[in-house]
Amino acid sequence: MITDKHISLPEGSIETTTTRLNLGPTHPATHGVFQNILELDGERIVSAEQTVGYIHRAFEKIAERKALYQITPLTDRLNYCSAPINNMGWHMTCEKLLGIHTPKRVDYLRVIIMELARIADHLICNSIVGVDTGAYTGFLYVMQYRELIYEIWEEVCGSRLTTNIGRIGGFERDFNDIAFTKLEKFLKEYPGVLREFENLFTRNRIFMERTIGAGPISAERALNYGFTGPNLRAAGVDYDVRVHTPYSSYQDFDFEIPVGATGDCYDRYLVRNQEMWQSLRIIEQAYQKIQDFKGEEATVFHADVPEYYLPEKKDVYTKMEALIYHFKIVMGETDIPPGEVYHSVEGGNGELGFYLISDGGRSPYRLHFRRPCFIYYQAFEELVKGSMLSDAIIVMSSLNLIAGEMDG
Amino acid sequence: MSLTNEIVKQKLVEKFGDQVTNFEEPYGMLTFEVPKEMNLKLLNFLYDDETLKFRFLTDLAAVHYPAYKGRELAVVYHLHNLEDNLRIRFKVFTDINQPDVYTATGVFSTANWQEREAYDFYGVNFVGHPNLKRIQNVDEMDYFPQRKEFPLEDQTRIDKDDEMFGRGGSMGFGNKQADDKHHTEYPNLPEGGQVV
Repeated sequence: MITDKHISLPEGSIETTTTRLNLGPTHPATHGVFQNILELDGERIVSAEQTVGYIHRAFEKIAERKALYQITPLTDRLNYCSAPINNMGWHMTCEKLLGIHTPKRVDYLRVIIMELARIADHLICNSIVGVDTGAYTGFLYVMQYRELIYEIWEEVCGSRLTTNIGRIGGFERDFNDIAFTKLEKFLKEYPGVLREFENLFTRNRIFMERTIGAGPISAERALNYGFTGPNLRAAGVDYDVRVHTPYSSYQDFDFEIPVGATGDCYDRYLVRNQEMWQSLRIIEQAYQKIQDFKGEEATVFHADVPEYYLPEKKDVYTKMEALIYHFKIVMGETDIPPGEVYHSVEGGNGELGFYLISDGGRSPYRLHFRRPCFIYYQAFEELVKGSMLSDAIIVMSSLNLIAGEMDG
Repeated sequence: MSLTNEIVKQKLVEKFGDQVTNFEEPYGMLTFEVPKEMNLKLLNFLYDDETLKFRFLTDLAAVHYPAYKGRELAVVYHLHNLEDNLRIRFKVFTDINQPDVYTATGVFSTANWQEREAYDFYGVNFVGHPNLKRIQNVDEMDYFPQRKEFPLEDQTRIDKDDEMFGRGGSMGFGNKQADDKHHTEYPNLPEGGQVV
């Protein structure tokens, strides 16, 4: 045993300095391109400075020249883990501005797509927390079910990651049978998978010891920092845009908002897991509602807005109006009404807002994205100050920081 | 009793009189304008008042209106009362030559980066901000790129070597004119402009 007797060094003979460590911009643990400059005392974090902007693509500026439908692919690239939510949020912002009401079936189809996206998003986040705590199995195991979600999207819109799914007013085509078959498969198999995933982590002693107490935040601080989504709910505030300001007929569904208490990594993990169960519930209800539609209603997949919704190709070749609308839409020559609108949806990470100012031209005068990642990443220093370096890694992955959403 | 736009409006008029102007309700959200010196006073009032309780800053964005002389830059605040679930929006306008606006970081920590972003792209100088420096752009940048005087790139320009995107270059993807210009401007390239 070492006691004071064995080490008797004169005062000041050991120089205590802090170490500066660059975590990022291309560190595997950051899961994206952003940087943390950590000031370390041994392994303890004294201060942290975050740098973002490595993949800034000036979407807000680009959007000032684009027609509305051309902005959808830009929103894909914000939170690319749940791109459909961004797409739908943007479509709904446009619909709010243009005063378009979508049919119920469109709303329910959108809800299915958005909740699948939420599951895909949370799944990645939680399994990455597992990877960062040293458990790779969960990540590999659930990945094939994210693949299944991507396959459903692929059936609906043709792409997987940056989906550009849907159009202003609805979807570009109706869901085909394969999409529904795959959705049924997902609904049947996924609960078992999620249960097994929870078995791997939720009561896993190593996982619990790594995550409990890591990066906690109180409800007051979380609100002050503008936290939304699972990160805010983990701190104990039951704010959910789907419930507070329902969009896309979320008021028709029966689901709960899971909340945590301490706002640490473990609570964030639990909240995300619970939300996946709730998302499954919502998808089941929405699928049931879609099957209940009868007659003509059962085939509706877009609103009747000829000025913004592309006509069918066969009409373009045979009908004059359809040809004109087709041309005007593709060239983006339809003027949008002047006004300003803020619309938000519950994204994978929190409240994803679109603030659009229109001066009556063909493109927005100003478009601002409220990107939840960008807003809560600034709390990172407060979350990790005084904790160990290895905690910083978990905090980063459990906040679900997506570089695309931080930089805009 | 749940809070409505009328109650907010009435409270504001009671407290600040005719300093609060331009009440509007586009798409149901109460929108108004205050002089820029008053933004902090207003934020504090909205935060502290027992009925209003706007304690969540959803969004802060800057807008550039070159046509409004003397008040070119706007800062738009979106506030949310989470208990009564009401959102409001207010704006302050400032002269572009002296774009000083008080920082909201004292009330909301979330304003920190949002104000840095507004400074980065529009040059709004948030007075009292603890760390007002660029956030998305490089520190050496000496202009504010989202202001309207910086147009987006002219898509018909031909002087840019961007051959993978169908413009210029030596592979023949772009138009001929661009190729010729490219070669004359860079005589050091080997014959035919082919870079191996």
